[in-house]
Amino acid sequence: MNIDSIKNGTVIDHIPAGRGMKLYELLGLDKLDCPVAIIKNAVSSQMGRKDIIKIDADIPVSFDIIGYIAPNVTVNIIKGGKLIEKKSIELPETLIDVIKCKNPRCITSTEQELKHIFRLDDPEKRVYRCAYCDTKAE
Amino acid sequence: MSELRHLIDVSDLTVNEIEELIATANDIIANPGKYAEKCHGKKLATLFFEPSTRTRLSFEAAMYELGGNVLGFSEAQSSSAAKGESVADTAKVVSCYADIIAMRHPKEGAPLVAAQNSTVPVINAGDGGHFHPTQTLADLLTIAREKGGFENLTVGFCGDLKFGRTVHSLISALSRYKGLRVILISPEELKLPSYVKNDILKKAGVEYIQTTDLEEYMPELDILYMTRVQKERFFNEEDYLRLKDSYILTPDRLVNAKADLSVMHPLPRVNEISVEIDKDPRACYFKQVLNGKYIRMALILKLLQSAGTIG
Ligand SMILES: [Zn+2]
Repeated sequence: MNIDSIKNGTVIDHIPAGRGMKLYELLGLDKLDCPVAIIKNAVSSQMGRKDIIKIDADIPVSFDIIGYIAPNVTVNIIKGGKLIEKKSIELPETLIDVIKCKNPRCITSTEQELKHIFRLDDPEKRVYRCAYCDTKAE
Repeated sequence: MSELRHLIDVSDLTVNEIEELIATANDIIANPGKYAEKCHGKKLATLFFEPSTRTRLSFEAAMYELGGNVLGFSEAQSSSAAKGESVADTAKVVSCYADIIAMRHPKEGAPLVAAQNSTVPVINAGDGGHFHPTQTLADLLTIAREKGGFENLTVGFCGDLKFGRTVHSLISALSRYKGLRVILISPEELKLPSYVKNDILKKAGVEYIQTTDLEEYMPELDILYMTRVQKERFFNEEDYLRLKDSYILTPDRLVNAKADLSVMHPLPRVNEISVEIDKDPRACYFKQVLNGKYIRMALILKLLQSAGTIG
């Protein structure tokens, strides 16, 4: 795969350096058959160092997961070799099944079929709380 | 009309809704006959997945005094949860039998799950160490009746301020009103957690003082809210034995208190308020129990009215 020229796919740019791998895991990109490239510590004029992920396939990615791991990133959507959309991702209000509640007294610890829902409590400090027990996400 | 459907936490209620509930409770106290048949033919399900006899009896008495009926269970062993049924399914099933549900559950968030799956109103009757909104409403009704309102009060909280959820919840509810001053009286080991100080008191701009001395601010208090200091909260028995007597309210400690101080306690008490104080007109903790029944009556009425179950 030529990482500079994607025909149909997604480029997640301006990921804070060091968070690229975490994002790769949470997005489940390790389970894909298509070419995926992670570029670590690329030089960025704005941020010094950044990570970039390129996915060479027309598959949907979760903006909530991206926003949670790396708010303020840019997601470039490419179709037919052309950049068709440039999205700035904000911190999501709600996270559904992105992270798990670790409070052993939480109802989600005993009822396996419940979705793990977290709500943004403090956007400045990026604090999320479990919708069921209000425990802070780590 | 408001659209209150369930009650999971006191923070779900607006200041107006709290006032409305208090007004209804006061009217019930003044004219009980007017309410004696309001819930005729309606059923309250008390789903208690862990025992809490006092809270359950309060809900049941409330429903009976509204002319309604009660069904339910008082511990998980006698429920279908013992066979592994989920909270969601229990809520769906019980919705077929009852008009309103009061749920107590050891797991935090269980009543919210029930509310999301129930077709009838759900009241959280306590979910582990998380929320216990009807206790807070009982406290608020007591304060409203004893003090005539919530503004410009100096409230002392004494005892276990670290784990006491009723304390956190009441502080949060009172911090919405003007002129609140809070005196936090506890041993070092049981101080109010910093998240409560930062997220509630500081955010609301409430003036607060922390002290380890029960008598220091006594003359300034309008309300003294006592809680139990439990032995199991201490790392060693020596510390517990050294400290426990410092947080027991005795008549001599009330010498410098205001004549119209209200002494409150969520009960059950062990020994943190000496029984001699029961005769003192400033003791309000048994009134709190009674108010708990009246505010639950007001809440049941309001939720059934919002649901269109009663007129
Ligand atoms: Zn949780």
